[in-house]
Amino acid sequence: MMSASGIQARFACNVGTFELNVDLSLPGSGLTALFGHSGCGKTTLLRCMAGLQPSDGTMRVNGDEWQNETGSRPVHQRPLAYVFQETSLFPHLSVKRNLMYGYKRIPQSDRQISFDQAVEWLGLSHLLGRMPEKLSGGERQRVAIARALLTSPKLLLMDEPLSALDQASKQDIMPYLEALRDNLAIPMLYVSHSTAEVARLADHIVMMDGGRVVAEGPLQQIMARTNQPFGLEDDAGVILDATLSERDEQWHLCRADFEGGHLWLRADESLKIGQKVRLQVLARDVSLARSEQTDQSIQNLLPASVDEIALEVSPGTSIVRLLAGQTPFLSRLTSRAVHTLAIEPGQHVWMQIKSVAIVD
Amino acid sequence: MDIYWEPVWLTLKLAGFTTAILLVVGTPIAWWLARSNHWVRQPIAAIVALPLVLPPTVLGFYLLVLMGPKGVVGQITEQLGLGLLPFTFEGLVIASVIYSLPFTVQPLQNAFASINQQLLEVASTLRASPRDRFFSIVIPLARPGVLTASVLTFAHTIGEFGVVLMIGGNIPGETKVLSVAIYDHVESLEYTQAHWLAAGMVVFSFVVLVTLYSLNGRLQSGLVR
Repeated sequence: MMSASGIQARFACNVGTFELNVDLSLPGSGLTALFGHSGCGKTTLLRCMAGLQPSDGTMRVNGDEWQNETGSRPVHQRPLAYVFQETSLFPHLSVKRNLMYGYKRIPQSDRQISFDQAVEWLGLSHLLGRMPEKLSGGERQRVAIARALLTSPKLLLMDEPLSALDQASKQDIMPYLEALRDNLAIPMLYVSHSTAEVARLADHIVMMDGGRVVAEGPLQQIMARTNQPFGLEDDAGVILDATLSERDEQWHLCRADFEGGHLWLRADESLKIGQKVRLQVLARDVSLARSEQTDQSIQNLLPASVDEIALEVSPGTSIVRLLAGQTPFLSRLTSRAVHTLAIEPGQHVWMQIKSVAIVD
Repeated sequence: MDIYWEPVWLTLKLAGFTTAILLVVGTPIAWWLARSNHWVRQPIAAIVALPLVLPPTVLGFYLLVLMGPKGVVGQITEQLGLGLLPFTFEGLVIASVIYSLPFTVQPLQNAFASINQQLLEVASTLRASPRDRFFSIVIPLARPGVLTASVLTFAHTIGEFGVVLMIGGNIPGETKVLSVAIYDHVESLEYTQAHWLAAGMVVFSFVVLVTLYSLNGRLQSGLVR
């Protein structure tokens, strides 16, 4: 569908022997993850969008055309911001002057994000006078994000901004990224090969392989597909948005309601009733029973109907897709179990969910 | 005293003009050499480096022929009403520019090549045009290279002899630079005067190099901004 709003990106280009060929129509707001193994073309696609990689094609962002068959705007004339994978701060400029670099190059009338606002959002006020070499990896990346935002972009492109950081710094930056996703009206494209990051941040997902798009859609739908395009078997699982509704003080549990049922989670001090959470249920943590089994240890039992079965996704392993109400779940079983239990589409079964993780 | 200082002043003037011209001319050449993958890159790099290996007399000889009344350059300058360039200060400047070219281009080229390519991409996503990127990122990051290029070019021009002798001769106030003056003094057995100038050169060169090394060390360790 060709519409004025949203992002239309159609590119064909060759980098050495690698060929990229995509035709995408993406939402004009929220965070879209470009996901796939390294070498699948996700970074190349991002570079094409920015104009850093010469390509044939069209690029339109919420009605504004950056590139078409007849011409292409150079990078510095596209109202975008780009956060690179590695440290990209200018080593000869202080944090403050790094932040000002883009800010002072856009017309005053285009400045929708003020300097103080960006500094506050990313917690940089105590770092302004420092030089980049005196910052930690996580601090550098926060400066890079603030510097990008200060150009008041119409599109924010991020190329694995966390991949060069250690685990602690990743955890440190995540909340900032979530806050930006929730508070900014700017569409964000986020390249990643980490299921955990995507599960936590993305609203929409584009899966790529060999320079082509293999799946695209809202995160929950794509994650619940039985035929995952690549070997994500261990990480395969669904994402669901839930609301915390009840606390069981005695057993330190918390109830999370979602469309089609509820799950009990271990309660942590920071969780509040009414809070919205994003949960991940991995396929390997869901087993199935033909009847309700109460004489066993697993507490989260949910009635569901079998929707689809993918037999032998790898030798001996099958994936079953289930629906609890309208909410999809995946269960990873041995193919023998599928056969012995005679699981078939339409059947009513009980899901036994061994573990639920809060990802957001 | 005037005769004493005249060659010194002339030498400094020549080195100053040469350095200024070479920074303007050499920068684009060095930038292109650092960035291009074109097949003519290697031949051009070799031409730039030729003055390093050729005897200065060879260089001076061909410049003399080219700029002389029968040379291509000479005919052009005569038609333009500029007269002939050999045995003039202007001719000396042109010869020095060619002779010192590698001393400007090579340090600049190394400095440009060592700049992280990605920083320029970052700058372009922050709305900086190519020209803007060059002055706001490349030049500041290449500052140690610019300093080295300027000092080496200046010092090397001060020390030139063979080319000057071939193309400039020995005209007081016009082409009689320090090195030629020293040679003159020695030939006429005026060792005291030769000593003064020669020792002055030694001290000057030493001071220049020490200053350069310590400045570059401080630039690299980030003490000077």
